[in-house]
Amino acid sequence: MSRFEAMDGNTATAEGMRQINPDVVAAYPITPQTSTVQTFSQFVADGEVDTEFIRVESEHSAMAACIGASAAGGRVMTATSANGLALMWEMVYIAASNRAPIVMTVVNRALSGPINIHCDHSDSMGTRDAGWIQLFGENPQEAYDNAIQAVRIAEHEDVLLPVMSMYDGFITSHSLERVQIEDGEAVRDFVGPFTAHDSLLDVDNPVTYGPLDFYDFYMEHKRQQVEAMKYAKRVIPEVAADFEKHFGRRYGFFDEYRLDDAELALVVLSSTAGTARSVVDSLRAQGLKVGLLKPRVFRPFPAEELADALRDKTAVGVMDRSDSFGALGGPLFVELSAALKIWGVPAKIVDYVFGLGGRDTTPAQIESVFRDLAEIAETGEIKQLVTYLGVRE
Amino acid sequence: MVKLDAGWREIPIGGKIVDAGNAREYETGSWRATTPVVDQEKCINCLLCWVFCPDSSIDVNDEEMVGFHLRFCKGCGICAEICPVDAIEMVAETEPEE
Repeated sequence: MSRFEAMDGNTATAEGMRQINPDVVAAYPITPQTSTVQTFSQFVADGEVDTEFIRVESEHSAMAACIGASAAGGRVMTATSANGLALMWEMVYIAASNRAPIVMTVVNRALSGPINIHCDHSDSMGTRDAGWIQLFGENPQEAYDNAIQAVRIAEHEDVLLPVMSMYDGFITSHSLERVQIEDGEAVRDFVGPFTAHDSLLDVDNPVTYGPLDFYDFYMEHKRQQVEAMKYAKRVIPEVAADFEKHFGRRYGFFDEYRLDDAELALVVLSSTAGTARSVVDSLRAQGLKVGLLKPRVFRPFPAEELADALRDKTAVGVMDRSDSFGALGGPLFVELSAALKIWGVPAKIVDYVFGLGGRDTTPAQIESVFRDLAEIAETGEIKQLVTYLGVRE
Repeated sequence: MVKLDAGWREIPIGGKIVDAGNAREYETGSWRATTPVVDQEKCINCLLCWVFCPDSSIDVNDEEMVGFHLRFCKGCGICAEICPVDAIEMVAETEPEE
C-alpha cells in the first residue's frame, strides 16, 4: 500500500534508496546532501537493507568506490552536492566513460567561491558534458520518483550510463512536503533485479576495465556514448510510461503548465517552477496569455521536443540558476536558443540569471520577467539579452 | 580480439577488454632501444631477472635462464641492473652484437 507522509527531499530520496536496496553505497557527507546518506546509513545500521555502505575519505574516493563496485557487478548509488561533486570531477567522467550505471543524487548547491552552502545549479551544470543523464526534480515527490526511475534508465541495456538526479538544496532537500511513498514491494518490482554486464567478479569471463585507450579506439568509445544518450531519449519516456502505469504519476522530458495557448512562455528548472505556476495563475487572471515550461531532463537535451512545445510562442524567457561566464548566457538559455534556431522557431528569447547562492526569488521578480516578455512581444525588440534578476546595482 | 579497423558498433562499450590474456598479442619488442645480452658463462641461474622482468620476457627452461623473449622485451634494462654477477649487458639496437 502506498502512503502519504510529510517528508523533505533528502528523507524521501533516502526512503527511495531503502526500497531500491542497492548493493553498494559509497558516499561522503556534504551540505545540503548530508541527511540523504545519513538517513540511508541508519537503514544500513538497522539492517533494513542489504547494502554494503562504504565510508570514504573524500568524494573522489566515493565515486571511485562506486565505479569499482559497479564494475564488480553491483547496483550502486551515491549522493553529493556542490564542492563534493567538484572533488569527484575526474571520477564523474570515468563513471560515464566506463558505462557504469550508477545513480547519484545531486542536491544542488552553489559552487565555491566565495563559499556558499545554498542553492543554485552551478554544481550539476558544470558536469553537463560529463556524459551523465541529468534529471531535475521540483519537489520531494519528484526527488523520490526520479531516484526510482533513474535506476531503470541507467541500467537499461541500450543505455548503461550513470544518472544524476537533482533537486534544489534546502528549498527541496530540507523543506517538508506531502510525499506519496509507494509500497516497497511495488518499487522493487518496478526497478527489477540488477543484471551485471561484464562483472569483474565473474572469474569465468575475465574482463579488463579502464585500459589505456589511445587515438586508435578512444574516438569510437566516445561515439558509443553519444549513441547511448540517443537511446536514453527513447528509454526515459518508456520508463516514465511504465512508472505512470505502476504509480499513476506522469513524467516526460518536461512539464507544461497553461502553455498550450500561451503567447509568453517562461522556462525554469526545479523548485522555482512552483512559484512560477502561481505567477502564471495570477497573470492569467489579469488576462495575460502566459505559460510555464519546466524541463525535467537536461541530458540528453530534448531539443526538438522543446522547440515543438515553444513553436507558436511570441516570446520566451529562460531563467537560469547558474551562469556560464563569458558565454552568451546561462546554460539552459544557450541550449534552448540553439534548439529554437535550428528547428526554426521564431520566438524572441531572453535570459534571466537568478537565485545564485540561494538568493530568494520572489513572485514579483517572476512577474517582472513576464512583463518584459509582454513588451518584447509588443515591440519585437529585445532591450537586454541577459538580465540578472534581483542583483543590487 | 578486436580488429584494429573495427567500427564503433563492433567493439565492447566503455573501453572494456573482454578477451583475457591478450597481452600476448601485443608485441612490445619494437619499443626496444637497447637489447639485453646474457653471458651464459657468468650466469648462476639465480633467476632474479625472471622475478624482476616487468614483461615476463626472461626465457627459462628447466630452471635455467636461457635467454629473452625479444618479441616482448622493451629493453628497460632492469634485468641487467638486478643481475648479481653482471651477466647481462644492454647493447644498443643500433650496434647489434656480431
